[in-house]
Amino acid sequence: MPKKVYASIEVEVDEEGYMVDMKQWTPEIAEAIAGELGISLTDRHWEVINFLREKAEKGESLTLRKLGKTGPVPIKELYQLFPNGPLKKAAKIAGLPKPRGCV
Amino acid sequence: MEEKKRKVCIICSKANLEDVYAALILANGARMEGIEAEIFFTFFGLDAITKKRMDKLHTPVVGNPGLRMPGGLPFPTLLGIIPGVEALVSSMMKKEMEKLDIPPVSEFLDMIKAAGGKIYACKLAMEMFKLKKEDLYDDIDGILTVGEFYQRAEGAQIIFV
Repeated sequence: MPKKVYASIEVEVDEEGYMVDMKQWTPEIAEAIAGELGISLTDRHWEVINFLREKAEKGESLTLRKLGKTGPVPIKELYQLFPNGPLKKAAKIAGLPKPRGCV
Repeated sequence: MEEKKRKVCIICSKANLEDVYAALILANGARMEGIEAEIFFTFFGLDAITKKRMDKLHTPVVGNPGLRMPGGLPFPTLLGIIPGVEALVSSMMKKEMEKLDIPPVSEFLDMIKAAGGKIYACKLAMEMFKLKKEDLYDDIDGILTVGEFYQRAEGAQIIFV
């Protein structure tokens, strides 16, 4: 399994750079991954990230539709916050596996 | 440096539930991957953006060999000719899709628009079906001729549904 260093912490990642163990995640790691994606995190980003992590801890994986409908931020804004692939990028920053839903 | 932008132009030419959803899922899925997406609705596909019909699309129950009964047995074509059966099958299909978080057509179009996708109607088909802009989904990006469609599609991948 490849490893990557974020915020001086070594974490395991898959081939595409998604963290393998969500327990290794820290907010500093999130900042570092976001930086790599060219995103600087604002409060609105954090609301999404925290929401995704809460759901993931309960074992739920979200579609973009559900995230937009039940989450803190509507779909349009998700695309603004995480351009070119909101669900994938948000999941990556939140230290979660790559989302594999089609909607 | 911005990566080279990928773009898909999807032509939706049919009003069958499954064909319309194929187009919508392809377009929305493209946006979720950061790929630019446009859908060009033409011919019977215009039903999917016609306000009165968009959320009442049906799946064909006659001459559809892929259709199965709930238990998995083939769906007899003769059953399909009974009035109301097509509506029933279509509503069952929509319920199953909702379970998978697949939205109704009108909401799906909203999602694609929110995602930055574009929705166009075919001028010639609108004339054929005597449709006016007011009959269509409010948020369409325009009405195009086939030539204008090709101009928009330059350099894009084209998918015909």
